[in-house]
Amino acid sequence: MGLAKRIIPCLDVNNGRVVKGVNFVSLKDAGDPVEIARRYDEQGADELVFLDITASSDNRDLILHIVEDVASQVFIPLTVGGGVRKVEDVRRLLNAGADKVSINTSAVLNPQLVADAAGYYGAQCIVVAIDAKQVGEQGSQVPRWEVFTHGGRNATGLDAIEWAKKMQALGAGEILLTSMDRDGTRHGFDLALTRTLSDAIDLPVIASGGVGSLNHLVDGILQGHADAVLAASIFHYGQHTILEAKEFLSQHGIEVRL
Amino acid sequence: MTAIAIVDYGMGNLRSVSKALERVAPYATVQVTSDPKIVDKASHIVVPGQGAMPHCMQELDKFGLKDVVIDAARNKPFLGICIGLQMLFDESEEGNVRGLGVFPGKVVHFSAGGEADVQGGKLKIPHMGWNQVYQTMNHPLWDGIRSDARFYFVHSYYVKSEDPNLSAAYSLYPTPFTCAIAKDNIFAVQFHPEKSHIAGLTLLSNFAKWEPHSSH
Repeated sequence: MGLAKRIIPCLDVNNGRVVKGVNFVSLKDAGDPVEIARRYDEQGADELVFLDITASSDNRDLILHIVEDVASQVFIPLTVGGGVRKVEDVRRLLNAGADKVSINTSAVLNPQLVADAAGYYGAQCIVVAIDAKQVGEQGSQVPRWEVFTHGGRNATGLDAIEWAKKMQALGAGEILLTSMDRDGTRHGFDLALTRTLSDAIDLPVIASGGVGSLNHLVDGILQGHADAVLAASIFHYGQHTILEAKEFLSQHGIEVRL
Repeated sequence: MTAIAIVDYGMGNLRSVSKALERVAPYATVQVTSDPKIVDKASHIVVPGQGAMPHCMQELDKFGLKDVVIDAARNKPFLGICIGLQMLFDESEEGNVRGLGVFPGKVVHFSAGGEADVQGGKLKIPHMGWNQVYQTMNHPLWDGIRSDARFYFVHSYYVKSEDPNLSAAYSLYPTPFTCAIAKDNIFAVQFHPEKSHIAGLTLLSNFAKWEPHSSH
């Protein structure tokens, strides 16, 4: 058979520790990043995503050491994002052992960064993260989604679908798409957003935001046409293991790496 | 004494390749190097590579590593990974660049969006993720690896060899393409063993132990 759909646990890292997602009740400690990475690796995670949400610039380099530690012990692809502003930031993360670097706010402020980084290191290691919110009337016939930056606080006026096409043209290798409407709700992915964007571009799309059950992962792939599904809380607190998620997908006819 | 040289021509993350080899071959020395003399002295050569092939060829030339890599491909256990596989062929569609010409054939692009994947979605480029690798040849580097094991891929181009006997494995995306080749002392793969968990570590372990019979 062919290419498997990927299950990707996401680790939000603040000051060197994994924390619970920002839209939840409080910023709760979920453990040591290297330990958690190793656990997910053992359970069969297809990739790992680390998002550095450290606000203080003093602690920015902590993520480099974490990536070095994880990359020495865990032999699956690692994507690292958060605070990537310059090609130099991309280089430092790749040298520390990241396979892909995720660019979000900086891609909006300076689209040339995506072109420069992909031009030098190759499209395969440049992920553009898009945080999108539905705009206009809810439930309207033709929904539209707008790109937001700074963790969903700042509207950009950019149409998410057009933005994804532009990022593909500039050399991005993959899109990490988060629905700001769904993030933290545990109500499932925004399937209309995911499918519209995934069908509009040739790049693989990782769906993110809203996963509260294993059914949501299935929906993201079968209805949202996502190539990979990302989740945090359902894995961090032992609600499900990665293996359970994969077996569930497999039972629904989805090809996974077991 | 096993001395593995990982050829470094400035193309990104080589840490994973060296850490994976250190893990599976603690008896060997593993060195990431741009020094042609060290490459020349090593017992085993790994040529990784990421990004665009034209840039890779240019950097290989700039570091003065081209001749020593061609030389290693003639007489030492040689493992090519990703662009390290592609560059062994005559030429690539990517930027219409010349390869090292060790094998006849060319490197071509997947046709984007033309065909549906198995779930009914459109075919995405790059081919990114875990795909099954079907072995077409018995080879010491496949020892202990099932002939449908999944390895991690990330690439938009693949090799079209003119010599059908070179193929060591194929994958489906959605049609078959050659994802590993082998001849004499050369083994080269399109996927990333250093990112392919147990199957990948097994392949690297087999490589470190490999003593091919020289064709010379």
